[in-house]
Amino acid sequence: MRLQAKIPEGPLEQKWTRYKAAAKLINPANRAKYKIIVVGTGLAGSSCAASMAELGFQVEVFSFHDSPRRAHSVAAQGGVNAAKDYKNDGDSVWRMFHDTLKGGDFRAREANVYRLAECSASLIDQAVAQGVPFAREYGGYLSNRSFGGVQVSRTFYARGQTGQQLLQGAYQSLMRQSGLGKLKLHTRHEMLDLLLHKGRASGIVCRNLDNGSIESFEADAVVLATGGYGKIYYLSTLAMNCNATAIWRAHKKGAGFAAPSWTQFHPTSLPQMGSHQSKLTLMSESLRNDGRIWVPKAKNDQRLPGTIPEEERDYYLERRYPSYGNLAPRDIASRAALDRIEKGYGVGPMQNAVYLDFKDALEKHGRETIRQRYGNLFGMYQKITGINAYEQPMLIAPAAHFSMGGLWVDYGLMSNLEGLFVLGEANFSDHGANRLGANSLLQACVDGYFIAPHSLMDFLARSGAIEITAERQSNAQASKAQIEDQLQSLLSIKGKTSAEEFHQALGKILYEKCGLRRERENLEHALKEIEALRERFYQDLMIPGTAKEINFELEKAGRLADYIDLGALIVQDALQREESCGAHFREEHQTEEGEARRNDADFQYVSVWEYLKPLTYQLHAEPLTFDAVQPSQRSYK
Amino acid sequence: MELKLKIWRQNSPEEKGSFKEYQRSDFDPAMSIPEMLDHLNLHLMRAGERPISFESDCREGICGQCGFMINGQAHGPEKGSTACQTHLRSFKDGDTLWLEPFRARAFPLKRDLMVDRSAFDDIIAVGGFISVDTGPAPEANSILIAHQTAEDAFDAAACIGCGACVAACPNASASLFTAAKLNHLALLPQGKIEAQERVLQMVEAMDLKGFGACSLIGACELVCPQGISLDNIAKMNGAYRKANWGF
Repeated sequence: MRLQAKIPEGPLEQKWTRYKAAAKLINPANRAKYKIIVVGTGLAGSSCAASMAELGFQVEVFSFHDSPRRAHSVAAQGGVNAAKDYKNDGDSVWRMFHDTLKGGDFRAREANVYRLAECSASLIDQAVAQGVPFAREYGGYLSNRSFGGVQVSRTFYARGQTGQQLLQGAYQSLMRQSGLGKLKLHTRHEMLDLLLHKGRASGIVCRNLDNGSIESFEADAVVLATGGYGKIYYLSTLAMNCNATAIWRAHKKGAGFAAPSWTQFHPTSLPQMGSHQSKLTLMSESLRNDGRIWVPKAKNDQRLPGTIPEEERDYYLERRYPSYGNLAPRDIASRAALDRIEKGYGVGPMQNAVYLDFKDALEKHGRETIRQRYGNLFGMYQKITGINAYEQPMLIAPAAHFSMGGLWVDYGLMSNLEGLFVLGEANFSDHGANRLGANSLLQACVDGYFIAPHSLMDFLARSGAIEITAERQSNAQASKAQIEDQLQSLLSIKGKTSAEEFHQALGKILYEKCGLRRERENLEHALKEIEALRERFYQDLMIPGTAKEINFELEKAGRLADYIDLGALIVQDALQREESCGAHFREEHQTEEGEARRNDADFQYVSVWEYLKPLTYQLHAEPLTFDAVQPSQRSYK
Repeated sequence: MELKLKIWRQNSPEEKGSFKEYQRSDFDPAMSIPEMLDHLNLHLMRAGERPISFESDCREGICGQCGFMINGQAHGPEKGSTACQTHLRSFKDGDTLWLEPFRARAFPLKRDLMVDRSAFDDIIAVGGFISVDTGPAPEANSILIAHQTAEDAFDAAACIGCGACVAACPNASASLFTAAKLNHLALLPQGKIEAQERVLQMVEAMDLKGFGACSLIGACELVCPQGISLDNIAKMNGAYRKANWGF
């Protein structure tokens, strides 16, 4: 496996400009000769597909949803970052770059992170042009708020539904091109294989989820924008159908998988409330602008929160991290919460939560201001829990959320497989070992609107179209036959355990042994347990019905088969990395104060795994070099 | 908790459907409606029966994928909620719940509680956007928008495309959906320019897709999980009149 990041020469500030200047173009009249497949219609997929169709390329878009607007970008709440410095509070592209690199614990590429900050301002301009109704000040200017891990206000927001509004913008651009006949949309199509022609991505194989037919589609380049895989933990903030299948099938065809074990646990999710729960709902990080996090100073304190006097409360984030306080980054805030819960200070009916309290903010700003800022979040909280957060503090707990890991990509977002581009959360690129809040919407948009149009066109200009040959057709036929066989073999198991039950078991192993905290012996156990689970899966899986009809159980089973194999890789990756960085916290590697201890001498690289056969992977490394900023111990004290 | 469920079962659009009754006493009041169906499906599968087909994804009321009629109401009895935000604690032990798909000519049934809502995408495709290409655009703060205007535009833009408005309407009209998008865009300076053309195209698409006309009954507003106001329809009608006849 060859890993060439292809980062342009020159000073950090000029790399992206130089890349664009050197990128090859295709004459507008010739663009229609090239076909691009885009899988996924979240922010990264819709934005890329709309942009490429506008340029005049043939574009075909695939989504397993019934409408592109359902993609899980829609659920992002709090905001999107941009270095506009509207607040005159010392923000700049450089500071945003530095915050993001440090937030990721110096495990991302400098050049990628700088470009993300550099393109951020243009994204806000473009979203406004599309009609995204960002919050405004009374003078009509755009409003900002703060997010974790930074000391400036650079987050733009549309109440607590920023992801929905940005996705509407991208979806509308996509539908505009669809209406103009410039792109073809295939909803209810799930990608199940990647086609390669002489080592280059040349198409995909899908299952039509409405009638079960297996169909192949050829193209000159394939874009995967299929989102994250935090749902592997079963209870997560993700949607029920979020999966790793598209990237995993590409991985099995040779695409390197980078940093699989770096999954972020979001500190302000709702805690688990019962045994039938299928997901954990997120409460936006923006709430930490005004909410104060605390637990009682006494263990097993059963008193109602309102009756616990001020001096008997432990505002542990403010105590441990006085300069960032409640806005400490997510990995740190989540571990601090887990520490309190595990030591017996947890609150709520299952003692698995901490308080997020708005009492002081309500006194200071009044109920109306708080309602305008977070009204829909308070409403959502009440719907789920039945508790009024204007009267009582919220109960929150850490939950599996965002995958920093994903398919390895170069500076132009192309994987090690020629012609396979990976965008948004599906790739590994910009967040290092921990993502800062409000940077995920940004990355998905920047990848799709601002980077892929240049790098995809450059690739097609240099590599040309692929001829449709008999060899390609027979290759597609063979893949289709193989997919049909795989589905039949799952259906023929006829066991007694549903895919959902296997998923719950996998999630439990990962939460307990490869979650917020990891330790060698536990990880070795987890690996054995996952191998045993895998064996049981192929002996006892229950799927009703056939492959030639709407069959949600068959869909879930296929996704879970991939999740089990990915789960094993996640554990292997966590075992191999003998250091703590960002979301990856190895008990063996911590400071006396319980903070993460990085090992730059031995682990200043991105781990990239090559698939050899089931449960067997080979490690490759992309060394990380830092020229602009010297890695330091991350401190938020 | 014990519930009697009467659920619409229909294998395909071609076959006839009917309500089928299920009864269980091991439901938990903390379950959401989709979690209740997951639980029921597990037991149906174990008994060798085909599980109930229904759609649900984010389970936090924002993706718009879930939605069916619960006791004759789109998304069920809780105001401002989707089916996935409705929990069994909203019902009493021993209650009977009738679950059936959204019914409208423009939403053909696929199976059981699943319908095809792609007609909504088709309405957006003819004009539910601002005609601006992606990429660099003028500085964001060069377009000033009053605080209240942005809030009003957001209120209209909050639509999740679930289709409850159509299902609740005796005419199966898509007016609330269409009007919400029209007003979101028409309120903003950058969206005003195309407003006249947009209203003509989207209203025409709505008719062509087989949605009914609006007679201002207001059932749509009552069931909308995002609380989108009926005022949007009045504004759409005004804009349509002006675009067509100039007054």
